[in-house]
Amino acid sequence: MILEAIILTVITAATPLVVAALGELVTERSGVLNLGVEGMMIMGAVGAFAVAQMTGNPYLGLLAGIAVGALFSLLFGFLTLTLVTNQVATGLALTILGLGASGMIGETWVGVPGIKLQAIYIPGLSDIPVIGPILFHQDIVFYLSIALLIGVNWFLFRSRTGLMLRAIGDNHGSAHALGIDVLRVRYLSVMFGGACAGLAGAQLSLVYTPQWVEDMSAGRGWIALALVVFSSWRPWRVLAGGYLFGAVTIGQLHTQALGVNVPSQFLSALPYAATVVVLVLISRNRRTTLINTPASLGKPFVPDR
Amino acid sequence: MRIELEKRPGGSRLFSFVSPLLALLLTVVCGGVMFALLGKDPVSALYSFFIEPLQEVWSLHELAIKAGPLILIAVGLSVCYRSNNWNIGAEGQFTMGAIAGSFLPIVFYEWHSPLILPLMLVMGMLGGALYAGIPALLKAHFNTNEILTSLMLVYIAQLFLDWLSRGMWRDPQGYNFPQSRNFVPEAILPEVLSSGRAHWGFVFAIVAAVLVWFMMRFTLKGFQITVLGQSERAGRFAGFSSRGMIWFSMLFSGALAGLAGISEVSGSINHLQPSISPGYGFTAIIVAFLGRLNPLGIIASGLVLALTYLGGEAVQLSLEVSDKVTRVFQGLLLFFVLSCDTLIHYRIRLVFDRLKGASDGAA
Repeated sequence: MILEAIILTVITAATPLVVAALGELVTERSGVLNLGVEGMMIMGAVGAFAVAQMTGNPYLGLLAGIAVGALFSLLFGFLTLTLVTNQVATGLALTILGLGASGMIGETWVGVPGIKLQAIYIPGLSDIPVIGPILFHQDIVFYLSIALLIGVNWFLFRSRTGLMLRAIGDNHGSAHALGIDVLRVRYLSVMFGGACAGLAGAQLSLVYTPQWVEDMSAGRGWIALALVVFSSWRPWRVLAGGYLFGAVTIGQLHTQALGVNVPSQFLSALPYAATVVVLVLISRNRRTTLINTPASLGKPFVPDR
Repeated sequence: MRIELEKRPGGSRLFSFVSPLLALLLTVVCGGVMFALLGKDPVSALYSFFIEPLQEVWSLHELAIKAGPLILIAVGLSVCYRSNNWNIGAEGQFTMGAIAGSFLPIVFYEWHSPLILPLMLVMGMLGGALYAGIPALLKAHFNTNEILTSLMLVYIAQLFLDWLSRGMWRDPQGYNFPQSRNFVPEAILPEVLSSGRAHWGFVFAIVAAVLVWFMMRFTLKGFQITVLGQSERAGRFAGFSSRGMIWFSMLFSGALAGLAGISEVSGSINHLQPSISPGYGFTAIIVAFLGRLNPLGIIASGLVLALTYLGGEAVQLSLEVSDKVTRVFQGLLLFFVLSCDTLIHYRIRLVFDRLKGASDGAA
């Protein structure tokens, strides 16, 4: 039973990472590096919380989180795609603005008890011992994360548009010469990334800890970015990485609760330290990194006419 | 209608001066709209945000106290960014510099000597540089993205400081407050003028900015930084080492951030506590870009961003607006700075697709 409870919390901790990382993966596959995941996530979190409070309906909150994330990413899209600004700096700007604006918007909601998105009970399936509660008694965001994983994988590697998107990410010049509207595809993929980050944020303020706390994303947007590198831009590995980080996060929380004689700050630092270690292991080999990275990632593109 | 960009050969000199000012103006206008939406009179709100803090001697001192760390960190970051090394973990290097520099006055708390202050400053710089050395090592020898590693290290540094000031270094006579012993007077960075609190940290910042400006403009190192930043290949043909540049730029910016950290702790806080910075390390990124990565420009932009901290406190007092407007202002400013920089390199044209529309209609 304890194991079951632990697995359930790991899933809840991993889901926002997986969702945000899948969105960013699509954005990066189209050749755009959006470092604003943390900002879009926190805006999604505050938007979702506010709408859930005002309407009393957490599902409307979830939709609001998605919409806020997508709209907020449009700001990044306009700057980097239309005005060709530096993508690294613009992504940072998005994060700084998101953290600031969400703090201001959310100020009235601090300390207000949140509305939790309840798990969906599926008659029959939810009652299966052990795997029932784990796989079939979850909130909608978990199911969405699995659907997203399958959808993104199919889209990128089995659909024509996905092939186009990857072609743009690998060589925007050639894609443009072939008559593909590079900017249009990139705008859409940036917005998809924003919507996913917004959904991940909504999960934080409606499921993971149903309340509003300033800066509650606590670096998860950055960990999602690291997950994309970790996955070598492949959706299934995002799932594996996300659950690995979820396990580290939950593991350290349980260790803290057990009162192990290690300062809590050291345990809290574990997920961040793990991110660094994993990044080093994955990018150590310069050649495989070069092969996997979308070749025009982060490079500016001005269409010639 | 769509927007088309046309490359300006060589860039526009006019716009490289005008664009930061234009960005400031747009931020102020946006800020006015924001205050109006909050139901405050925009003119008086902007007045108390941007003008009021400049009218008293003590608040000018506060301005210098806030501008000092911002300028110091941003000058280091400008070297990084110009050489295409994206150190965004200055907040962590600031924290580690503060910790390393505070080692002497906290552990040897009875040591009264004029030597202690210079030693603290050196240790602060070492602490910041060593901490920036981690992402440098990982990038130079393990090919790891420095953006993500330097940022992760911020969280780790903050947790480490939290542990020190609640645990090992907590003041035994401090009634369980989470803070260290107060520094002895010899370990406190003195004030520059007798008229107020501003300490030597601000002077360090100005000196660093001028020195780095000189380095970028007149020395081979400065040339290497620019060449490697603009084209690594060209730099390699010239015999410059990009690996060496990773080390140099990261250690250099880490050292300046560390100096900022120990100056802040020694000059204005006088002990360690869990939170020692209102996000200086991140705000300094905005300072660096608003100053167009030019050390002299950074002095001016550091003062502007310092003003946003004071302005936030001022409107909180006078208009009961949350001081979180500061972070919103800072975010907006960076957005406008980046968009206005486009004007330097491109002509922007609005194209109305009349021809295309007509042919669509015919078909």
